[in-house]
Formats: sequence, structure tokens, C-alpha cells
Amino acid sequence: MMKKRWQRRHVIEAFVKGLMMVSFLIVAGCLGAILWTILVNGFPALTWDMVTQIPQGGFYLGKGGGVLNAILGSLYLAGGGTLLALIFSLPIALYLETYLGDSEWGRYVRLSLDVLWGIPTIVYGVFGFIIMLAIGLRASLLAGIVVLSLVELPIMVRAMDEVIRRMPADLEQAALALGSTKLEVAVRIVIRQMLPGIITAILLAFGRGIGDAASVLFTAGYTDRIPSSLMQPTASLPLAVFFQLGTPYPIVQQRGYASALILTIIVLIISVGSRLISARLNKYTVK
Amino acid sequence: MNRQIQLDINNTNLGAEGRRSRPSVVARNRQNQFARRTFFIVTLLPMVLIATVTIILVVRSWPILIAYSPKDLFLGSTWRPDNGLFGFWPYIVGTFWVTIAGVLLAVPPCLFTALYLSEYSHSFTRSIAKPILDLLAAIPPVVYGVWGLLAIVPFVEDVLAPLSKRWFSFIPIFAVTQPTGFSIIAGGIVLAVMIAPLIISVVYEILRTVPEELRHASLAVGATQWQTIRQVVIPRVIPGMVAAIVLAASRALGETMAVLMVVGNVAQVPKSIFDAGYPLPALIANNYGDMMSIPLYDAALLCAALILLIVILIFNILSTLVLQRMLGKNWA
Amino acid sequence: MNTRKPAKELNPPGRKPKITGPLSMDVHIRVRDLNAYYGKVQALKDINIEIPKKQVTVIMGPSGCGKSTLLKTLNRFLELTDDTKISGEVLVDEQDIYARDVDVTEVRKRVGLLAQRPSPLPMSIYENVAYGMHIHQMRNDRADYKKAVRHYLEIAGLWDEVGNRLHDPATSLSIGQQQRLCLARGLAVEPEIILGDEPTSALDPISALNVEKRLLDLKEQYTIVIVTHTLRQAKRLADYVIYMYLGEVVEAGPAHEVFTNPQHQRTRAYLEGQF
Repeated sequence: MMKKRWQRRHVIEAFVKGLMMVSFLIVAGCLGAILWTILVNGFPALTWDMVTQIPQGGFYLGKGGGVLNAILGSLYLAGGGTLLALIFSLPIALYLETYLGDSEWGRYVRLSLDVLWGIPTIVYGVFGFIIMLAIGLRASLLAGIVVLSLVELPIMVRAMDEVIRRMPADLEQAALALGSTKLEVAVRIVIRQMLPGIITAILLAFGRGIGDAASVLFTAGYTDRIPSSLMQPTASLPLAVFFQLGTPYPIVQQRGYASALILTIIVLIISVGSRLISARLNKYTVK
Repeated sequence: MNRQIQLDINNTNLGAEGRRSRPSVVARNRQNQFARRTFFIVTLLPMVLIATVTIILVVRSWPILIAYSPKDLFLGSTWRPDNGLFGFWPYIVGTFWVTIAGVLLAVPPCLFTALYLSEYSHSFTRSIAKPILDLLAAIPPVVYGVWGLLAIVPFVEDVLAPLSKRWFSFIPIFAVTQPTGFSIIAGGIVLAVMIAPLIISVVYEILRTVPEELRHASLAVGATQWQTIRQVVIPRVIPGMVAAIVLAASRALGETMAVLMVVGNVAQVPKSIFDAGYPLPALIANNYGDMMSIPLYDAALLCAALILLIVILIFNILSTLVLQRMLGKNWA
Repeated sequence: MNTRKPAKELNPPGRKPKITGPLSMDVHIRVRDLNAYYGKVQALKDINIEIPKKQVTVIMGPSGCGKSTLLKTLNRFLELTDDTKISGEVLVDEQDIYARDVDVTEVRKRVGLLAQRPSPLPMSIYENVAYGMHIHQMRNDRADYKKAVRHYLEIAGLWDEVGNRLHDPATSLSIGQQQRLCLARGLAVEPEIILGDEPTSALDPISALNVEKRLLDLKEQYTIVIVTHTLRQAKRLADYVIYMYLGEVVEAGPAHEVFTNPQHQRTRAYLEGQF
């Protein structure tokens, strides 16, 4: 009497469940497809030279050299941008949680941050360009760093905020009960508890910063050299990829794929690394 | 009362090490107030930033906004800056087409995936889904562009277009009139994969806000899971789903690099998804070099940026308001 | 006639227990060698019980003893929680509901559940009651549905209060009314057995008594199994009692026997309030 009969609703259920699993597989498959494509096309041209040399004369016509200028340039840009963003993000995130909590003003600030996060990076790039012109700054590492910090700020604050909000309230209460001021609670207790999450947030923002082209397109310029000062223009990996792919020479295009592979590897290292670090550091946190 | 106790502790701290200097309560409170004021100013930063960006874009695109009528600017189809002709229409339509294509392609599989992860899957599946989605979200746009160039454009050229030509050429929107795979649909496919992690994670969070008891109430009378989802869970979260889609659309609107590499960059009003297009972000990115040499060119490009910004701001604010309200403390 | 066997005799160590129910009891549910795990933690240990037909059976015991877990195995709700493992048999009218080709939605139709906290579906009062009937397509036309909704609301004792506002949202009812609505909703799919997981503990005393009265009326037609953590409620309602402790059934039998003459020391301790 309770045996399964093939009622219509069971058939529909099975069908829908199948659709769902297929959808999931498609999405997961895309990741595999992307990584595979980049790997297969980029690996052949990934030579030691590519990673250790800057473009020699005629690099874009097929002659020798590598993309070290872009690799270092990207690291400088993202590193500087992340550092600059961090200086502002940490206070904002701490203030949000410690003083504002769920208040009205806190919601406005969070709304603004979400809106900032949604502004396309090309708009930030254009904005940065205008400011640059206005103050007479030329395309440079510094300009790129400033614009990237604008791009990374909302990501970093949101990620930190998310982590800080999950903090067990008792911890804060316990500290306050012992007589700490709110500032002390923030600095001593919140930061330590949140350390793994904060590091994850920093790495997340760094990863986004290193991969973005539209914001540095106008502001960091491009050069075949490794910048030796903040005022010089700098190359970046995304743009290196873009320019190499834009040439009609297959050899150069291949190198473009290799550069894309390098960028992907860097991002993967950051992503996996942040996961490992947070797992390691989570030992010390209160659950 | 507290203060009294504090000071006593202060005094009794004399030990073998001698008097330890501890900051008094008064000093610590002053520290607190100072920090509080500084931090407050810092939280103004986000709003100030939004205002500044908007205002500057308006100011710098003002010259072109007063030089031409809105009709000429936004509905005009000719873009010849050296002749002083700035017609945004093809670019606006191109942006629109590619974004709609991306959203339409992404929404069904992403909704199903989110439903699967929320309602059916084991915790094991969820634990591998999270890294997958995080990785997809972390891949830089230019890498998506390379993938698009290497995999999607050929796919459109060699598989989709011939298929459409054979079976669907009577439908204008699927007409194939150019031989390459650089097209709106290629841009749409790449965009769809780029916005997928966002849609999936937001919809998943929304689904998690429906209390488990509601599902149990439905299951207890013998409903199947899908019946429960369809009749109890989904109706409650429709506003949130819409907001998630709008949010994803706003991200698709602004994506520059990846789309630029696959969409063809031909300034025409597309008539079919297999036509090439030229979205606004690509317009800005491709021409910034010529900006300063031709009068009003810079204002024109900034005007393009302004259009993008305004639309995205509207979408973003509306959807975020809805989602903040639905997800409350869980809004990530 | 002594119709009750203490658990020890039912399960002599080393030998498979012989399930012979007392002759005067008509068994509706038979549980055999049931074990349940939440992950690695064992929540139910070797449960072997019988539940009589058309009587009120109360499962009682201190917090955390597994009463709710046991209840949820009876309508296959336990498996909805992640990482649970169930072994053994639950026989309803001698058919194992955990058998391989059993339709779990049919099981849940026959074995209804009234949860602790009323959870009205986000629909109108009418639609709540009609929900289950629509799912199983139990009626033919609108007129039939309307009559049925009225019928079940009457049984649940709610018709007089809501008859004139059937299309108001169910959330506009008081909590006591909501629980009775959930009862009507559950009855509408014509179950044979009604399970109640502390069905009155979230209600005010008056609504609680109201729901209890409904359940007592219903036992003429349905087998009722209730979990409660109040001894007083158990004494008010029970025809048959199952006492549990730390995941095991300690004692089971007709109410008047267990309450007046408990065989086990633990049962005695519980009844005397030592917990």
C-alpha cells in the first residue's frame, strides 16, 4: 500500500532534481573548462625566460624576453593598493562593529559600501584619470595604487565586516564587563579573534586587485621596464595579456596565454593560501 | 562605582616588581573618545566617495551634455568624433543586449544550482561547491576574456552559428550575418559565467532564511520536496531572487575587459545575438588614448561612463536595499 | 491480567526478542531493533516497542532522552536532518515504512505530525487546510474542497472562530488557533496516526487544554502518539505509556499500571520527581 507508484508529482520531482544536478555540474564544469583551457594553451609558452626577463627589443614582434615587468608591476600595484586600502578598511570595519552595530547609520554606511562595491572598475579608472590630470600626475605606479585601493576598499571592508559580525557577542560583553573601554575591546580582543578572517579579507582584496585591468588601464600606464619609483608608469599582468593577444603574431599570442596562466596561478595560490592560513589560524579563535 | 573599584585596583598593584603604571580610567576614556571621533570621520569615506565620483563625472561630461540635445546624444547612431558626431545609441543598445544575454543565460542554471545546494544536497556537496564558486569569482576578468577567445568564440563560430543558421534563421534575433564568432552571444556566455557565483551565493543565502519548520510543515502532510519548494519556499523569496538578478545585472553592465575581448567591437545596433556589438565600457576602454586630442571627446567618453554609473547605481541601490532587508544580519 | 512486560523481559541479552504483544492490545505500530545515530552519537538504542491502535500513547522521559528522535522515526522525519543513520524496522500495520520501495510521502500522509511550534504555511486559513488535499489531489472539485475544509476546521474546534474569515492570512491567528489550524491541516490528509511533538508546550494554558481536549476526542478515530516533558500532561492524556531514558526504552505499558506500579527503579524515580 505504501509502495512507490509513479505518480505525476514524483516524476516531476525526479525531473527537476535532475535539472538541478545538471545545472550544478555545468557551473562546476565551467571552472574546470576555464582552468583547463588556460593551462593547455598557456603551458607550452611558459618558459623560465617568461618569468625572469623583461621584454627585450622586438618582444611584441616575436623576439626574446619575458613579462617580469608585468609580474612585478602587478605585485607592486596590488600590494600597494591593498596596503593603502587596509589603512582605511580596518578602522571602518572596526568602527562599524564596535560602535555602530545594527544602528541606522551603520546601515547607511554598509549600503554605501555595497554600492561602492558595485561600481565598475572602469569608472574608478576614469575617475582616477581625471584626478590625475587635475593634479598634474602622470600615469604612474602611485596613481595605479591609489585607484586600486579605491577598488579594493569596499571588498575589504565588507569581508572584514562579515567576519567581525560573526564574532560571538559574549566575547565582547565579557571584555566590556571586565572594564575595558570600547576602543580597547576593539583593538585587543576583536582583532585577535578576527585575525584569520581579516587575513582572508586582505588576501581576497589583493586577489581582486591583481586581476583588474580596467582600473589601471588609464592610471598606471604601461612600460617594458620594472618601475623603480612610484612616479614611473608600470606594466601589469592583465594588460600584458591584453596587449600580447592584440598582436598578429602567433608566438606573441602564445606568450599572452602564458601570461594569463601566470596570472591565474598567482590568483590560485592566493585563494588556496588564504584558505589554508585561515584554517591554521582558526585554531586560536573562539567558536 | 566602577571608577572607585578601578582606582583601588590601581593602588593595590604594588608588587615585587614595583608600581606598574596603568593608565587611569580617565585617560582611557579620553583615548576612547578621540578614537571614536576619528573613526566616525573615516566611516564617512564611502558616502563621500560615491558623491565625489558622481559629481566629478557630471562636471566633466557637462560640456557635451550642453553641446548637444539629449535626443542627438542618446538616440543618435553616428559616432564620428572628429566630425563632432557623438551618437551613443549603438553603444547603449550593445550594452543592453550583452547584459540581457548574460543574465538570461545565467539565471536558470544558477537558480537551479542554488536550489539544489539549499534544498537537496548533502553537506559534502555544499562543502565542495563553496570553493568552486569562490574560485570562479576570483578568476580575473582578463582570464575570462582569454577563455572566451580560445573556447567560446570558436564555439559560437563553429557550432552555434551554423546550427542557428540551419534551423533558426527565420527568427531575426538568431540570424547569422557575419562569419566570425565575435558576437553578442559570445559576450553573453562569458558574462553569464562571470556573474554565476554572485547569483548562486546570494540566492542560496536567501533560501536559507526560510525557516526549516515551514518546509517540515509541508513535508509532514506528505508533499514531495519539489512541491514544498514550489509552493512554500519560493513564493516567500521571490523579491529576494529578483533583487539578486538585478544585482547581477548591474555587475554585468559594468564588466569591461572580458566582454571587450569577445564581443567584436563593431559600432552598430545589433539585430541578432550573432551580430557583433560594442558596449559602453568597451567604448571607454578602447578610446581613452584618443581622448585628449579631439575636442569634446573626453567629455563624451566621460558621459558614457556617467550613463553607466547612473544605471548601475540605481540597480545597485534598489537591489541592495531589498537584500539587506531580507538577509538582515546575514548580508555578506 | 498482567499485560505489561518490563523492558528487561522483552529483551533478554543475547537472544532476539520475541515480540508478543499483550492479547488485548491491537497493535498499530511495531518498532523492531531500532537504532538511530546523529553522526557518531547514538540517540536511540535497540528500541523495541508496540503502539496500540486508537489510543493515546505518551512517550515521556527527561530532556535529551530521545523522545523526539523516536517520534520522528515514526513518520520518517529523522532522515531530513543531515548525517543521521537509522537501522531497524518500523512496522505500521505490519508493513515496514523503511523498506526499500516505500514511498516516503505516502508514509507521511498516513502518519501525521503536529510540531511543537505551530508553523502555519504562508497562505490563507483556507489554503492551509486545503494544502495537503491539493497535494494528494484528494477531492474532485471546489465544492468538495470547501466542504472538507469546513469539516476539518470543525473537528479541530476552529470553525466557529474562523468560519467567516477563511481567506485571512493564517498568521493573523493567535498561537493557540494556529496550532489548531495545524491540526486541521494534518487531519485533512486523512492519516491513521497522529504524532505530536510536545504539541502544547508553546501554547498558553487555556489553548493547551483546548488542544488536549481535541486530541482526546480524536482518539476514537486515530491512533495518537504524543511526546511530552510534563508528567501531568502524560497523566491526563495517556492510555499507554512509554518511558525513555538516555536513548533506551526503560518501561512500556498501559498507563494506569505504569503510573501506579512502575516496575523499574528509574521509572519510579522519574514519577516521583527525582529528575
